[in-house]
Amino acid sequence: MAVIRDMMPVFELFQPASIDEALNLLDAHQGDVWVLGGGMDSFDWLKDRTKRVSTVVDLSQVGELRGIKEANGGLEIGAMTTLTEVVHHPAVQAKFRILAEAAEVVASPQIRNQATLGGNVSQDTRCWYYRSGWSCYRAGGNICYADTPTAINREHAILQQDRCVAVSPSDTAPALVALDAEFVIRSKGGERVVKAEDYFLGPQIDITHMTVLRPGELLTAIRIPATWANAQFYWEKVRDRNVWDFPLVNVASAMKLSGTTISDVRIAVGAVAARPLRLTAVEAATKGKPRTEETASAAGELAIQGATPLRYNAYKIPLMRNLVKRAIRGNAQATT
Amino acid sequence: MDDMNKTEETPNNPSRRNFIKGVIAAGATVSSASYLFRTNAAGQTQTASAPGSVERLISLSVNGQERRVDVMKQETLAQTLRYKLGLTGTKLGCDRAECGACTVLIDDVPHYACSVLTHTVRTKKIVTIEGLASPEGTLHPVQQGVVDEQGFQCAFCMPGFVMSAVGYLKTNPNPTREQLAHGVSGNLCRCQDYDKILTALMKGAENLRSA
Repeated sequence: MAVIRDMMPVFELFQPASIDEALNLLDAHQGDVWVLGGGMDSFDWLKDRTKRVSTVVDLSQVGELRGIKEANGGLEIGAMTTLTEVVHHPAVQAKFRILAEAAEVVASPQIRNQATLGGNVSQDTRCWYYRSGWSCYRAGGNICYADTPTAINREHAILQQDRCVAVSPSDTAPALVALDAEFVIRSKGGERVVKAEDYFLGPQIDITHMTVLRPGELLTAIRIPATWANAQFYWEKVRDRNVWDFPLVNVASAMKLSGTTISDVRIAVGAVAARPLRLTAVEAATKGKPRTEETASAAGELAIQGATPLRYNAYKIPLMRNLVKRAIRGNAQATT
Repeated sequence: MDDMNKTEETPNNPSRRNFIKGVIAAGATVSSASYLFRTNAAGQTQTASAPGSVERLISLSVNGQERRVDVMKQETLAQTLRYKLGLTGTKLGCDRAECGACTVLIDDVPHYACSVLTHTVRTKKIVTIEGLASPEGTLHPVQQGVVDEQGFQCAFCMPGFVMSAVGYLKTNPNPTREQLAHGVSGNLCRCQDYDKILTALMKGAENLRSA
């Protein structure tokens, strides 16, 4: 697709000053409104004309959506807090380093200066068939162009494929799942709070949406409980280039040890399915086991049960196996 | 006054006095409109329409100057800088936040100007490559480093690299070569001249520390 470099198509712009004002605007323009956070996902859609919107609600002036507060030993991070602010925040660094590590390897410095945590978890998938405007399942059509015999699908899903084989592109999402974070969603009707792993949807639940956010709703904050503060963390992202690229596979784990025995663990893997996958089977199988090479190897093998490669992404299966293995075993670089 | 009679809106018997009064009143309305609807501290415009509505005529702080400019809702900062304010030092490469040529400082932080709506930075201070040198023309220490080391080949990416480096050096004035490389990693050079660029930017950092 040709890259268009002229002005974006015209839209009406609103810049509310508060969450309530924003929710009123979303309510007033039900269904035909685009919420703009940092814009790092939005502008591609609008510039490429693959999505056309008549009304944009820009959250950049809503001060109450920004900032990190400490609460009950945990943190509450406003959805419009930039990734750079997350990376450098002392409490994130001190207690939840895994989130800082995940946010630090997103895209490039300038993007991290503008991209928001709420946007990073709510962004749409990067399947280029979908993003190029092909009328695939995810776009409301009835075919997947990424899963045909000639499709280029090196970056696509190996697990939980259901017609659509796109993957979750977020780096912070697996870290937030590992930290057992909660997502605060507000609408005019009130507030609901969902667990990080329940925020994301696979195609078997909803093939046209990546998250549970519905029209009229706003992700306002992400709460990280004290539960996993200063746990043994492991974060790793594998990508082709060290800047800009989305993960081929990423992994996040939080672990509590008593002696050398794994007393509790949470582990999540990104970019292998349409949603970040919490590996509950691996968690159950490693709990109570010693943190050894053997436990880690078994965890890796267990993680890839049921993985099915497409034409070009079979490499993701051993990659995921090895990353899960490292995330359980830890290594010299593993953060504590 | 004969000309006035040709328009439909003109009263049947316009007196010279009423005409002049009308012009004065209209002028007063226009000037007070720009005063009343001026952006406030929260970046909001106070108009009779829905809360959060945006006025097109805005004031932008660019390189220390207040610039009045008519900005479309969907306009990016790169477009405003280049095509409305004539600041063509900010380059447009990919227009997709993937190359760094359009990097500018917004409140001292490097951003891709191609991926910022101009209306979101009304209350911020924007610095472009044109704003680095002093008014007398003395180059910024980082610019001087680039000149000294002849850091670039074609130099299309140069304004972006320099702005990234200046922004990064504000957070870490004494970086190692590796740290600075990480700091400007959001910029691409198609000439693949990274080694020389880094040498020049390191020289710039040194100049900045001794400046």
